[in-house]
Amino acid sequence: MTLSKQRARWLLVALPVVALGAAFAYVAGALAPDRLTPTTYVRQLEANAGVHPGYRRNHAKGLCVDGYFDSSGAAAALSSAAVFAPGRTPVVGRFSIPGGNPLASDGKALVRSLALQFTADDGQQWRMAMISSPVFVVSRPEAFIELLRAQAPTAASGKPDPARVSAFFAQHPETAAFRAWAGSHTPSDSFANTQYNSLNSFFLINDHGRRQAVRWSFVPQTPFAPGAADAGDDFLFDDIAARLAQGPLRWQLVLQLARPGDPVDDATHAWPASNPHIGAGTLVLTGGAPRAEGACRDINFDPLIVPQGVVPSADPLLAARSAVYARSFDKRIGEQAQAEGQQ
Amino acid sequence: MKTHFHWSLRLLHWLMALAVLAMLFIGAGMVSSVSARHLWLVDLHKPLGVAILVLAVLRLSLRLATGAPPLPGELPKAAQLAAKVSHLLLYGLLLALPLVGWAMLSAGGYPVSLGGGWQLPPLLAQSDHWYALLRPAHRWLAYGLLVLILGHMAAALVHRLVRRDGVLASMTWQRRPSR
Repeated sequence: MTLSKQRARWLLVALPVVALGAAFAYVAGALAPDRLTPTTYVRQLEANAGVHPGYRRNHAKGLCVDGYFDSSGAAAALSSAAVFAPGRTPVVGRFSIPGGNPLASDGKALVRSLALQFTADDGQQWRMAMISSPVFVVSRPEAFIELLRAQAPTAASGKPDPARVSAFFAQHPETAAFRAWAGSHTPSDSFANTQYNSLNSFFLINDHGRRQAVRWSFVPQTPFAPGAADAGDDFLFDDIAARLAQGPLRWQLVLQLARPGDPVDDATHAWPASNPHIGAGTLVLTGGAPRAEGACRDINFDPLIVPQGVVPSADPLLAARSAVYARSFDKRIGEQAQAEGQQ
Repeated sequence: MKTHFHWSLRLLHWLMALAVLAMLFIGAGMVSSVSARHLWLVDLHKPLGVAILVLAVLRLSLRLATGAPPLPGELPKAAQLAAKVSHLLLYGLLLALPLVGWAMLSAGGYPVSLGGGWQLPPLLAQSDHWYALLRPAHRWLAYGLLVLILGHMAAALVHRLVRRDGVLASMTWQRRPSR
C-alpha cells in the first residue's frame, strides 16, 4: 500500500468523527456565541440586579402561600383537566415582585405576580406564573433581552440610563398597550386586591378533543383600596402575611375565551372585553410562609407544566420562559444545596 | 466460529445508534435554545429517553444471552482491553443516562410526563441536595457518552479502513472479509 493511500484511509476515519463532534458543538451553542440561550437571559438578569445566591434570578422577592381551588365545574365542558371537574384541588403558590433583587422595595414594583401550582388527584400538575398587568410589555423573547439590556445599570450612576430605556420603547411599538396601562392604572394597597393575569394563551382540550384558546385571570374578591405613596419597602409582603394570618383570601378564576381572529400568540394584545368569560371556580389562599420555610421555595413555576386537557399556545414567550426559568432553577438549587452543605 | 453478533443485537445496535445520537443532539439543543424548538425538543427528550432505557435493558439481556464474536487474535492486548472497557462503559451510560435524567427530574420536583397523559412515578423524593448533584451529572455523563461514541466510531472505522479486519462487519449484515 502506498503512503498516500494509507493517509487517505486515516482521513476517512477522522472526517466523520470530527464532523459529528463539530455538529454537536454547533447545536450546543459553542460555535454560535450570539445565539440567545437561557444563560444569556440569566446573566443579564444578574448584571441588572446583582447575583443573589439561592434566589430566583427574576422575581427574587417572594412569599410562599398555600390553599386550594374549588372548581365550579363550569369549565369542565372545555377541558378534561381534573382541576376543572367539580371539587377541590390543593394549591401551593407564591406572591412576588419582579426583578432579581430579593431586597427590592415593594413601592417601586410596577407589576405584582402570583405563581400557582395545582396538584390534582390524578397526580397531574398545573403550574402558572401570572402578573398584574393586562398585557406583557413585549411579544417576543428577542425584544425582552433588549429591554433587559436597556435597563442595565450604567457604570457611572449605578442606575439604568433613561435615554436607553426610552430609545427601546420608541423602537418597540408593541410596548404601547403595556405602557398605557403602566401610566394610567392606580396600584392597590395589597396583593390581596390585585388581579393576576395569564397573559400568554393556552388551549383547553375537552373529552371530545375540541380545542378552545383561552387566557385567564384571578379576580380578587377583596375590595380595591388605593395604595399609599410612601407605604414602606415591604408593605406588600407585610400586608399579605398579616391578612393571611387573619383568614383566607379569595380570587375567582375567570377564563376568557378567544373568538376567531383574536391574537393567540401575542401577549401584548388584549382580547376584547366583550369575549365570553367563564367563572371556573374560586382560589382560596389560607396561609403564608417566608421563603426559607415555604413549600414554594423549591418549585420552578414553569408555565409549560400543564395537565392533560391544557396545551400551550405557540406564543414564543412561553418556550423562552420555560427555558430560562429552568436555567435559573438549576443555578439557585445548586447554590442552595451548597449553602446547606456548609451549615 | 461465531463471526457476527446475533441479528437482534445488530438490529438494536443501529436502531439505538440513531436514537442515542438524536438524543444527544436534542438534549444539547433544548438547553441552549429559548425558541419554540425548546418546547418540542423537551417533549421529545423524555419519551425517547425512556425508550432508550427499555431498549438498553433488552439489549444487555440479549448480549449476555447470545455473546459476542471474538476480536481478531492479532489485535494488540491494549486494544483488546480498550475495547472491553469502552463497551462496558457504553452499556453503563446507556442505562445510567436515562435513569439519572428520571431521578434528576424527580429530585427537582418536576412531574416526569411523557406526553399523552403518561406520567412516570418519581424515582426519588424532591431534594435540593440530589438535584444539585444529578443535574450536572446528567450533563457530564452525556458529554462522556458523546466522547465514547466518537471513539467507538473512530475505532470501528480503523478496523474497517485501516486494519481491514472483520470487526465492523460483525455488527452489520456484510460477510467478513476473507483473508
